[in-house]
Amino acid sequence: MPLIRPFGINEFWIIVLAAQWTIALSAIAFAGGGIGGLLIALLRVSDAKLPRLIATGFIRVFQGTPLLMQLFLVFFGMNILGFAINPWLAATVALTLHASAFLGEIWRGCIEAVPPGQREAATALGLRYYNRMRYIVLPQALKIAVAPTVGFLVQLIKGTSLAAIIGFTELTRQGQIINNATFSPFMVFGTVAAVYFVLCWPLSVLARRMELRFSRATAR
Amino acid sequence: MYAFNFEPVFAGFDQLLLGAWLTIQLSVAAMIIGLIVSIACAAGKTSGIAPLRWVIDAYIEIIRNTPFLVQIFFIFFGLPSLGIFLTPNSAALVALVVNFGAYGTEIIRAGIESIQKGQIEAGTALGLSKLQVFRYIIMKPALRTVYPSLTSQFIYLMLTSSVVSAISADDLAAAGNNLQSQTFASFEVYIVITIMYLVMSVGFSTIFSMIEKAAFKYPLSR
Repeated sequence: MPLIRPFGINEFWIIVLAAQWTIALSAIAFAGGGIGGLLIALLRVSDAKLPRLIATGFIRVFQGTPLLMQLFLVFFGMNILGFAINPWLAATVALTLHASAFLGEIWRGCIEAVPPGQREAATALGLRYYNRMRYIVLPQALKIAVAPTVGFLVQLIKGTSLAAIIGFTELTRQGQIINNATFSPFMVFGTVAAVYFVLCWPLSVLARRMELRFSRATAR
Repeated sequence: MYAFNFEPVFAGFDQLLLGAWLTIQLSVAAMIIGLIVSIACAAGKTSGIAPLRWVIDAYIEIIRNTPFLVQIFFIFFGLPSLGIFLTPNSAALVALVVNFGAYGTEIIRAGIESIQKGQIEAGTALGLSKLQVFRYIIMKPALRTVYPSLTSQFIYLMLTSSVVSAISADDLAAAGNNLQSQTFASFEVYIVITIMYLVMSVGFSTIFSMIEKAAFKYPLSR
């Protein structure tokens, strides 16, 4: 058997199928980030000073440092906390925290974009915090949030590629592995890029369309 | 209980400072060249020549919908099969320029489109040449409009540039990788580096908002 095998249809499919791990990682981080992001956004718009400060600090740190370093810190930090080194878990945790910060900041903007009169009216009607948020503010903020959230999803999918560097075998890492075996980097990374493009481009187009439709609907 | 040991990290701190300096140099160079690419592409997109617009649109969509890590792998490992050989450092610069160019073009284009048609017509009526109209009537006010997005894109570029350590180009993250492999104090090295990145991004955004206050003070309306 030759040491270097050619890049054929099998290698192509191995790369395409590795996209399932990229999708799984993105989906978990997006779901976790959705929960964390909502929490951060609510803390960020809270009336009390301390929660606001904590949320702002959290967002600042995650938006002001590279995602790669966040991955490294979680990866090595888990080891210190006594967990076995596990790229899957580290990538999931790091990307979830990352997504929480970004979605928190995006959704804060959306919550603040709801006219203050709505909240005041709800308070005047005797609604407490939970009901006010649940029935008045968040549903309206949701409409504003859809387009930028889909836009961030594209960023998150691209971000999962960095998990390859800590050794989690998703699309990019599978590309590196196939490249080591076939040594046809042009084909391999071209294919990898094409798979990412197929995943991300429809979402980008969708986000842009929704944004356009939303700005038309709210324009006078 | 894990005992933190920051001593070797601070012993090698000059390596990290050098790495931070390399990251700043790389980011600033990529930003300047990337801005030229962006302005050229934005001018091409608004020129009305359809095939040119298609090519630029394809470039923007491809770059914005694929990860930077894959782009840099493609440029560093893939391009040699076309006969284009780059050192890790120049591949890093090229990749950052190509990446920034795609985002920058959209930012600059949005700025150009924010200029009202009547302004351009007034400029033409005053006898300004096409180049003069572009420079004084379009570019200058457009730059003021796009300044906030451009500067935050620069900070994003600087954070993204940490990925170039994956092809062993020289930067702060690579300096960290080296120090980590010498000292085995992984967590300590990376927490210090992360703080250095944070200081750089907070520092740059402070400088940028000071520049904004000083440079774009003239009245906005009328």
